[in-house]
Amino acid sequence: MRAVVAIAVNVFRESVRDKVLYNLVLFAVVMIGASYLIGQLTAGQDVKIIKDLGLAAISVFGLFIAVFIGIGLVSKEVDRRSIYSLLAKPIHRPQFVLGKYCGLTLTLAVNVAVMAAALYAVLFYMSWGVSATTAQSWDAPALDPALLEAVALIFVELMLVTAIALFFSTFSTPMLSAAFTFGLFIVGHFSSDLRNFQDAVDSPAAARVARGLYWVLPNLAQFDIKADVVHGQPVPVGYMAVTVGYAACYIAMLLVISMFVFARRDFK
Amino acid sequence: MSRAIGIIVVALSLLACAVQLQATRERLFPPSAGDADAMYLRSAETLRRLSGAYTVLAADGYWIRALQYYGGTKQRLQAQTWVPEPPPMLAVPTSDDFSLLYPMLDLATSLDPRFTIAYRFGAVFLAEAYPRGAGRPDLAVALLEKGVRAQPDKWEYMEDIGFVHYWYVHNYRAAAGWFQKAGEVPGAPWWLRSLAATTLAQGGDRQSSRVMWEAIRQSAAIDWLRQDAERRLLQLKALDDIDNLQQGVDAFVRTAGHPPADWLTLVRARMVAGIPLDPTRQPYELTAQGRVRLAASSPLAPLPEEPRQIGAPEAPPH
Repeated sequence: MRAVVAIAVNVFRESVRDKVLYNLVLFAVVMIGASYLIGQLTAGQDVKIIKDLGLAAISVFGLFIAVFIGIGLVSKEVDRRSIYSLLAKPIHRPQFVLGKYCGLTLTLAVNVAVMAAALYAVLFYMSWGVSATTAQSWDAPALDPALLEAVALIFVELMLVTAIALFFSTFSTPMLSAAFTFGLFIVGHFSSDLRNFQDAVDSPAAARVARGLYWVLPNLAQFDIKADVVHGQPVPVGYMAVTVGYAACYIAMLLVISMFVFARRDFK
Repeated sequence: MSRAIGIIVVALSLLACAVQLQATRERLFPPSAGDADAMYLRSAETLRRLSGAYTVLAADGYWIRALQYYGGTKQRLQAQTWVPEPPPMLAVPTSDDFSLLYPMLDLATSLDPRFTIAYRFGAVFLAEAYPRGAGRPDLAVALLEKGVRAQPDKWEYMEDIGFVHYWYVHNYRAAAGWFQKAGEVPGAPWWLRSLAATTLAQGGDRQSSRVMWEAIRQSAAIDWLRQDAERRLLQLKALDDIDNLQQGVDAFVRTAGHPPADWLTLVRARMVAGIPLDPTRQPYELTAQGRVRLAASSPLAPLPEEPRQIGAPEAPPH
């Protein structure tokens, strides 16, 4: 366990050294700039649009961090040949994979938390001094705590994407890993099309294959509750629990396979 | 250090040159207005697929575009001197100046079916008389009906449909039907049912119009809509004033046998207290035929084609 923590902390430090946290500055600039511009453009919908934009930005920034750091977690160590000195220490290969995953998850957690705080700060600024009539016309209050539900599921989705990127990085090149991960991210958001494939094709075999893929591929669409939260629609606790449980199982499965593949990999 | 400063200076100079050239190109070859208004994608399904997990953000983008398009087109039309007066009934065929407005609003509401403001304001933009709006109450109703399909318990959309039928189309039976439907939704204000009954029995009347515009003014979340509602309420006040003044003028004609030459004649005859002013402090005009009307220069001009009571004679133009 200590080895896993040490590797995780090291990954976090490395990402800080790699100036990954600079994206927070970019996020802040985007949000502050948008809050000013959107206030001029949106005819009273500035709070709704800031929420949409903020949640989308958290998701996009997090996705880029998860993919571009995730795909390099293993390959960088191999390219630098630092993997040899690492594995010569009393560290098991599964611990190495798990530590890398936890480190990137920690980086993402810090990023998402700071971005969420910045989003709330911008929303606070936008709602300051707004009349009661205007506030009543919003679907949900500006500083709605339910936004955290959307942020939480974005974070869980990013954890899953990180596991996918790490999985590919254990046996593939960074370029291919990035392509596969982005591919799965896109497919994961259109999984409902796979479920309804039989409506679009005549072939029962193709429909069965699509149905199988629907169950096997990661269903990322279920993590997207941004629209519900922004419109003040309640998200049941049961939905959150089942979705997080699904992610936990899927992440665990990917990590087990990643550990297995990495354990069998020959670095000679 | 000095080398770095030199590089920064060179880079900034090159950027300044690029900006200058672009400005020159735009001056010599101005971009056509139509370029900015193009809509390359009109299929909500395609856009939904392209935007993936970010459909509501794409909806926001189309809503902002619709606002810009509406505002830009309206400004352009108002700057043109040949713009025609609003038609008496907005259901008449109008220019295609606002032709992209409905597709933009349709996309925004397809990408985010709960985008309340896009339905409600969008309907106002569509229903308003040309050139203040698209002059297409039929499309306004279509947009709001789409909203009702997406959120069947949203009485505000039903109220808005009724309002479009009442104020813009003067179809009182349809208006009353929608007011009644809205009033039956739990949580809807009580006055919608009485408004439905009044509209069905009497058609249009100024008091009902006032109630509706007052409701819009009180619930308006943005200044633009609130100011528009306030302007409409002032117009209704002006219509009241004109009716009262006309009664005075008619009484003078009956007594004197000819129309008054000017307001001073009526002041001297003690039929009015002074030169009457409209709610924006502009004097009302008195025509040679003895008709009272709003001054053309008044911010309230032109007065709307007012919904009339069922069976009432055609109102003279104000």
